[in-house]
Amino acid sequence: MSALGPHAGFILASYAAVVLVLGGLIAAVLRDHAAQKRALAALEQRGAGRRSDRAAS
Amino acid sequence: MSRAFIAILRRDLALAARAGGGGELALVFFLTIIVLVPFALGPDLNLLSRIGPAILWIGALLSMLIGLDRLFQSDEEDGSLDLIRASALPLELAVLAKGLAHWLVTGLPLALAAPLLGLLVALPGAAMAPVAGTLLVGTPALSFIGAAGAALTASLRRGGLILPVLVAPLTIPVLIFGVSASNSALGGTIPFLTPFLILCALSLLAIVVGTVAAAAALRQAE
Amino acid sequence: MASLIELANPTRFMRLSAVLLPWMLGAMALALAVGFYLAWFVAPADYQQGETIRIMFVHVPAAWLALMFYSMMALSGIGTLVWRHPLADVAQKAAAPIGACFALICLLTGAFWGKPMWGTYWVWDARLTSMLVLLLIYLGIIALWRTLDDPSRAGRAVAILTLIGFVNIPIIKFSVDWWNTLHQPASVFRMGGPTIHPSMLWPLLILALGFTLLGLSLHLIAMRAEIMRRRVRTLTILEAERLDRLAAQGAPA
Repeated sequence: MSALGPHAGFILASYAAVVLVLGGLIAAVLRDHAAQKRALAALEQRGAGRRSDRAAS
Repeated sequence: MSRAFIAILRRDLALAARAGGGGELALVFFLTIIVLVPFALGPDLNLLSRIGPAILWIGALLSMLIGLDRLFQSDEEDGSLDLIRASALPLELAVLAKGLAHWLVTGLPLALAAPLLGLLVALPGAAMAPVAGTLLVGTPALSFIGAAGAALTASLRRGGLILPVLVAPLTIPVLIFGVSASNSALGGTIPFLTPFLILCALSLLAIVVGTVAAAAALRQAE
Repeated sequence: MASLIELANPTRFMRLSAVLLPWMLGAMALALAVGFYLAWFVAPADYQQGETIRIMFVHVPAAWLALMFYSMMALSGIGTLVWRHPLADVAQKAAAPIGACFALICLLTGAFWGKPMWGTYWVWDARLTSMLVLLLIYLGIIALWRTLDDPSRAGRAVAILTLIGFVNIPIIKFSVDWWNTLHQPASVFRMGGPTIHPSMLWPLLILALGFTLLGLSLHLIAMRAEIMRRRVRTLTILEAERLDRLAAQGAPA
């Protein structure tokens, strides 16, 4: 990394910031996606999702 | 139509005068902020007089924002907002009346009191009239930008801090041109009128945009 | 019936986005790989700024994307208020955190670029300040989403706020520029502009494409999650109603 010159620390820090922020965002979005998918699957398994059920009401 | 407008205006003024909220409390808060600043900065009068207009503007801005969340909330709670919505008066005009009332009980007293409070921060005599003038034409913008925010948060039970968070970034232009017009009276390269006229334009724009947006927000909230 | 029609559109969206996502992710990976290769190993160091020019390759796309996502949110806001499109407020809600993250990246990389170039992490430069204000507006929008419970009502309120912000942003930019020239007569630093050398322009454009695809993919995934969240909400309410009914039927017997 000596090729980065005298300001290597700042360059690496800014790329680390990008990785941290984007990584956090990606993790949050994927986790939310998985959680909603799980919740939806659980509800449908209990039969809440069936259309016929709602039509009957 | 204009009778309903005046009725809402008079009702809000009467409420502000009676219920002890609004006007005078904002004024006391303004005074408190102006008193706090020298304790943070030190009693150096030269420094204070140099940044006096900025202190006065920040104080006025915060005092305007602090009570804004009650602008539509109390009406939403006691149901008078439903009556206003159902009346023949266009909702925009009703919002205009309420915003005007808010300005009359907070913005106007703040602008009038500013030169007096300016004495505390050693505001030079030449800057007194410009500071009061900029506050006079600038505070309507704050009232109406704030009215839009207040309409958005009218139905929130635990609004509190969200309104200043929403509204404060939108008031930056008003703050910039208000302070810069006041400072131009203290010397500097720009004439007073340039930022002052832009401030007037901002205020007029805020009255239109704020009224329309607040009415739209109140309509959506039904 | 109305709820069925509303469901139809998001269902089609779920199908379409499931098909589209792998392609976007692939294109994103390719663009980011090529872009970073060019940016790190091919592009020369700037003769004035040396190796710190490498920061520009993430700083500038982040700034573009922060603005792009806000424009998308404003468009969605119009979609919510004018056409009452059921996907518009979903799109808007999903876009806000992504735009805020890009604004944050722009500010952070700007700070790390500023320290070696200007000698300080932060200057009240017009562009940096405007980006900071944009971040504040993003945070306000996210805060409003979180305080309003009912999604469709929150959607309309946030749409109005987004549009007020959209009208305000040019005014803020103009006033910050004015304020900046007032307080800092010497322009601190002007970036490349159209004179930027092709060996730097290409990696920048490719990386901008890659980051855009990344942002849009995240946006699609977040929209899918949001649609599912609303379905979960509706189904939970329906289930509760059904259990309620069963209990009412069971009680007299």
